[in-house]
Amino acid sequence: MTNNRVAICAVAQHKNDSDLWHKRFQGMLLDVLEDLREQTGFTFDEETGVNTIVSCSDDFFDARTISNNGVADVLGAHYRGEEKMAQEGLNAIGYAQAVILSGHADLVLVMGHCKESQPESRNTVTNMGFDPFYGRPVGLDYLSAAALQARAYMAKAGLSEEHLAGIVVRARQCASRNPWANARETVEAGQIMASPMLCDPIRSLHAYPVSDGAVGMLLASAERAAEFSDRPVWISGFANCMDSYFLGDRDLTANFALKQAAGRAYAKAGIRDPRKEIDLVEVMDAYAYQQPLWMEGLGFCGDSEGSRFLEEGGPGKHRVNLSGGMLAGNPVIIAGLYRAAEAVLQLQGAAGERQVPDLHRALAHSTTGAAGQFHSVLILEN
Amino acid sequence: MKMHSRNRNVAIVGIGQTTLSSHKEDQNQVEMVQEAVINALADAGLAIGDIDCIVHGNMELFEMQFAPDLWHSLGTGALGKDAYRITTGGTTGSTLVCAADNLVASGLYDTVLAIGMEKLQEGNTTGGITNMADPLWFRNLQTGALTGTTAQEIIDEFGEERAKRAAIRYRIMMDRHAMLNPRAHRRFGLEESQAEDLMANSPQLVGELRLIHMCSQSDGAAAMIFTSEEKVKRGTKNPPVWIRDHIQVHREETIPNLFGFTKPEMTHRYAARTLFARNGIVNPVEYFDVFEMYDPSAWWAVDWLREFLLLEGDEHLRMLEAGEFELDGKLPLNPSGGVIASNPIGATAMLRAAEAALQIRGDAGAHQIKKEVRHALASGFGGTFWTALMILEKDLTGWEVRHG
Repeated sequence: MTNNRVAICAVAQHKNDSDLWHKRFQGMLLDVLEDLREQTGFTFDEETGVNTIVSCSDDFFDARTISNNGVADVLGAHYRGEEKMAQEGLNAIGYAQAVILSGHADLVLVMGHCKESQPESRNTVTNMGFDPFYGRPVGLDYLSAAALQARAYMAKAGLSEEHLAGIVVRARQCASRNPWANARETVEAGQIMASPMLCDPIRSLHAYPVSDGAVGMLLASAERAAEFSDRPVWISGFANCMDSYFLGDRDLTANFALKQAAGRAYAKAGIRDPRKEIDLVEVMDAYAYQQPLWMEGLGFCGDSEGSRFLEEGGPGKHRVNLSGGMLAGNPVIIAGLYRAAEAVLQLQGAAGERQVPDLHRALAHSTTGAAGQFHSVLILEN
Repeated sequence: MKMHSRNRNVAIVGIGQTTLSSHKEDQNQVEMVQEAVINALADAGLAIGDIDCIVHGNMELFEMQFAPDLWHSLGTGALGKDAYRITTGGTTGSTLVCAADNLVASGLYDTVLAIGMEKLQEGNTTGGITNMADPLWFRNLQTGALTGTTAQEIIDEFGEERAKRAAIRYRIMMDRHAMLNPRAHRRFGLEESQAEDLMANSPQLVGELRLIHMCSQSDGAAAMIFTSEEKVKRGTKNPPVWIRDHIQVHREETIPNLFGFTKPEMTHRYAARTLFARNGIVNPVEYFDVFEMYDPSAWWAVDWLREFLLLEGDEHLRMLEAGEFELDGKLPLNPSGGVIASNPIGATAMLRAAEAALQIRGDAGAHQIKKEVRHALASGFGGTFWTALMILEKDLTGWEVRHG
């Protein structure tokens, strides 16, 4: 069964931090690389070592054209192949899986980094994600696009300020048990509802904090996985999907792309009912309203049922974001890599204080673009 | 050396290019991408619904567009599909070909459309390239892609007269090829009789690297469609071109490797000897019928021929001087006119593979090589000496593939 599957043998995370001013991203990646080498003993040997590296970073956030050029040495890309996933990092895992299944490589190192503390503002970066003719001049950025989506979704699903506060309270409680999370101090609902309005209806505590981070993983073919781990985690499905670019061309609450990505990933993994067959979920919730919205898209509740899902304790029941999620702070470029890292640790039984029992299958999700234009879904099994 | 293995065979079945120009002002980025995609679909006889996955690449800071694949999806046709965006600097176009090869060979996707683009008119290319250097250590020394040291090294090794003549001979040969390619950006109509004048009077950029030696900055897009052997067997509009193998070799930017006393092996040579060895190719000059090389300047091109073709001493200069790289020579080089004629960076390296594939099909038009092309080599260059190299084949048989 596992013969043609790909394993994640080990993960290493850099602790998320709001401003690692004393450390360059090269140093963060080096820590991650050394951690991975300590765990697995992999080498860069020409015959038996890593010959293919899939990196993940962004030219805007690094303020460097060809951002992977600045990290080639700490990725081990010395006479080795290296490709940069210029999307959110979960797609680097999806692509690394394809590289191994193609027969081109039997080991792939995935290494992602991002320092959101470097740019003046995340919004000035994501404003450049809009076309120069219509979206950019009116000042749209990913925060203001999210606010449009939040308002539409709150109206549709009956999601209240109290619901949103509950999501953040739980996220911080989970994060307090995750040593890799950024915002680990717990907060009260009242603090959240009184926090400053960033972009109506998104308050500052509804939004993920500015974060610096780095994540590394070693992927191997089925034949070689046992050399590097006695607890390999298997990829049983990956898919992603693109939605329309213009916000006006989309129903912002319909989850078109997420439903397609999830449907394709579930088909690959042989999942018919995600509510029964997936034991743990890590969703990329950059803003509080997104957690129930994406859970609808993933099929854990029906359309417009997100608020009821919260009221009935869905996040606890389905073990959603035990890491604290993105609300506890991950850089946007690699938030999905952090989601996958938590899912891997849980499936390995290595999640420390936040470990839950009886896990067989987990889901990691990520999204990029304005109001979730692009979604990726990864299914993992132990 | 392990022999190359692949899960299943992958063919190029569609090729689309835009015309390449310094200013494509009649199109925005999306429209330019769409033109290449429509051309590739028409070439393949496929509709966008036949495509399972889209792979996109260019450099964000050349056009100052963050996550450009999201806006460009209006032109790529990615709506509702799986999509990846993979970039590696100048090598991006060839990385996209390698990625599409991997994605199809993996069995996860049957038909993949890859798109490389750049609209350099909309940004500051040399500023953008300078911005890739480390802000603390190297940026003050960086002059974009204008690297004069190779010219000096060739002059030191072979003497000023022979070196300068080789570089200008190369440049005029490329222009002769570009004159036959209606899509090429710079088509000067240079004559051999202008060599003396150009060698002496073309404006100097850095040392003996002169304006005439340097590649252009262009607007343009390329799109290619890749599919599995199983799909090819059901019929293709044009003859399939098979990807036999590819290799990507990167290297760190750190300064000891650039100016150390011991010169490290060039990534081009490492890539070539590794790729040829694992495919059992002993003599690349004899084996290949065409070579589409990423040639950012005439000086680099002259130097790199020795590395890619595993030549020694002045063998590469002797081949050049004997006309072996001409369209009717032993190993025709860049019949398209190469990068020196046209350089929309994110598409440039893909154009090498696309042009090599067109030569194998016999569809290159006026710059088609007269003799049969069965084995083609295509390279990409980027970053701080990063190499991508791939072997394309006309026939599926006759070369060893070990299915993994």
